[in-house]
Amino acid sequence: MNLKTLVWRELAERPSAMLTSTLTILLGVTALVAIRHVTVFSEREVGQQLQSLGANVLVLPKDATLQDYYSADLTERTLPESHVASILLENLPGVERLSPKLCVSAKVANRDVTLTGILPQSEFQAKSAWQSVSLFSNKHEGCKKAACGPKTYDAAPETLASERTIDQLKGNEAVIGADVAEFSGLKPGQSVELLGEKLQVLAVLPRTGTVDDSRVFAHLHTVQRLTNVGEVVNAIEVMGCCEDAAGGLVPKLAELLPDAKVVTISQVVSTQVGINRLMSQMSLFVLGILVIVGGASVASTVSSNVRERRREVGTLMALGATPSLVTRMFLLKAWTLGIVGAVGGSVLGLIVAMVLGSQWAGVTVQPLPDLIALSIGAALVITTLAALWPARSAAKLDPCCCFQEF
Amino acid sequence: MLHLQDITKVYRRRQEEVVAFKATSLDIGLGEYVAVVGPSGSGKTTLLSMLGGMLSPDTGKVWFGGESLYDLPINERTRRRREQIGFVFQTFNLVPYLTALENVQVPLFLHGVGKSEQRDRAVSLLEQVGLGNRIEHKPSELSTGQQQRVALARTLANNPRLILADEPTGNLDPDSREAVLSMFDNFVREGRTIVMVTHDPGAAARSSRRLCLNDGMLVTPHEIHTTKAA
Repeated sequence: MNLKTLVWRELAERPSAMLTSTLTILLGVTALVAIRHVTVFSEREVGQQLQSLGANVLVLPKDATLQDYYSADLTERTLPESHVASILLENLPGVERLSPKLCVSAKVANRDVTLTGILPQSEFQAKSAWQSVSLFSNKHEGCKKAACGPKTYDAAPETLASERTIDQLKGNEAVIGADVAEFSGLKPGQSVELLGEKLQVLAVLPRTGTVDDSRVFAHLHTVQRLTNVGEVVNAIEVMGCCEDAAGGLVPKLAELLPDAKVVTISQVVSTQVGINRLMSQMSLFVLGILVIVGGASVASTVSSNVRERRREVGTLMALGATPSLVTRMFLLKAWTLGIVGAVGGSVLGLIVAMVLGSQWAGVTVQPLPDLIALSIGAALVITTLAALWPARSAAKLDPCCCFQEF
Repeated sequence: MLHLQDITKVYRRRQEEVVAFKATSLDIGLGEYVAVVGPSGSGKTTLLSMLGGMLSPDTGKVWFGGESLYDLPINERTRRRREQIGFVFQTFNLVPYLTALENVQVPLFLHGVGKSEQRDRAVSLLEQVGLGNRIEHKPSELSTGQQQRVALARTLANNPRLILADEPTGNLDPDSREAVLSMFDNFVREGRTIVMVTHDPGAAARSSRRLCLNDGMLVTPHEIHTTKAA
């Protein structure tokens, strides 16, 4: 016989007495765990989308849409290349890289591909006009990035897949996407004929699962020359040094380039971000419900248990139970129902999140041990606080009630 | 063993005061078998509660084994009760969801006795009261007489010097009553002190001394000392 046995025997004998509180805690934790899991994985998904989309800010022709940009369907709409110089000369705070692009249709091995002209980063330094300003060195206010300024521009060409810029690319070179390499059999060092001119394959990009896999990248000025479109681009990708910079850049760029459309990449996923924010607020709401309803339910259950057990408590005190042992006895009851509710709720919440996460938010949910531990901890804190007052009132019961009949 | 000195206990309800118990001096010696008799509401249970360290008097002192019980901190008073005082109740006060064995183990657990020793002593005590074959039965599966015997085994668990009994035969059939009173006789023979509140004249007659209470006052002329052979 020990305290645990004493408590467990009672709970096992009359589980229905504690059922309501356990269910309240269980449902609260279920909702909390399910919503938080889906929210966390949805936020991660958005983060990955943002990363895969690359640039923080896009400068597009006025009548182009983001969808046109991501489907590489911008051949009809252009911007003057001079906008690139305008942005550079303005030396806007937080700008780290620029990547003007021009997309045209071409054929490789008799298959349609998107030929994308891109300006290598090394050329920004080469232009004497641009050297007159200190390039990419203007930190925005509150920037948390350690270093912000000119780079050495000697990264491997394959980094184009992840960085969306290329440091070195000569006029007679091309970088091909994974799909193009696969169907054409082209390898680095071989030649590829594009719009009647032979270019040397500098690198094959790793597979990204995006439209870039079916692109061929060449020097912007080569593509302009081969298509006779003049000094124009379809889009200018502007990479800010961090997320905070992107928001501040949009109004400045819009003011600088009134004939262009300036959008942040985050707008692409704004709906999902909004849903995530809503779910995040919802999880706080659920936590509030858990605290109020769960806490009230536990307090009520333990209080009524104390009332029902008055003579039993009095008898235990007559037999030598100290007030602290009586307090611990009722707290242990509360903890037991709290643990059952919290663990059950965590498992149920996880199952709900895993099953419905893909349907609600199109995300694959996996268990987050920290979040589960936090939910269980929160439930235990709530049950402890809720049970404390009735448990202490039990310890203050008059032991003489052992002589009374109820 | 017990000495009550200038004790008063007053209950107050709606500005009305009722003297529940009043005594200038009362001594109960070691090995005495005292029956407290009197009509309902005369203060018998109040006296028992004060002797058990569970109800502090408004004035005066209760001396137990040379210590003023209510001058001790609550945990020390609880310890005295746990180690030296046993209680017997009219309605047995067994914990309904525990078996007979577990009920007897409760005071041993409260005393900090280890699990295996708890079991051995509880089994031995239940065998002493003739319930060795009922150790896994819950109170609801036992007759009232058997329940009182379990309660007696529980009372004896920590080998108390003082047994305080509140109407111990009040709910029992004649055979069970006799069995319980025989056990009380044995307890006194073993040197324990018993203070028993009772309405049962037959049970009171078994005691070595009777205290009569009326309206919270000890009625001295009715205090009867007998030299009952144990």
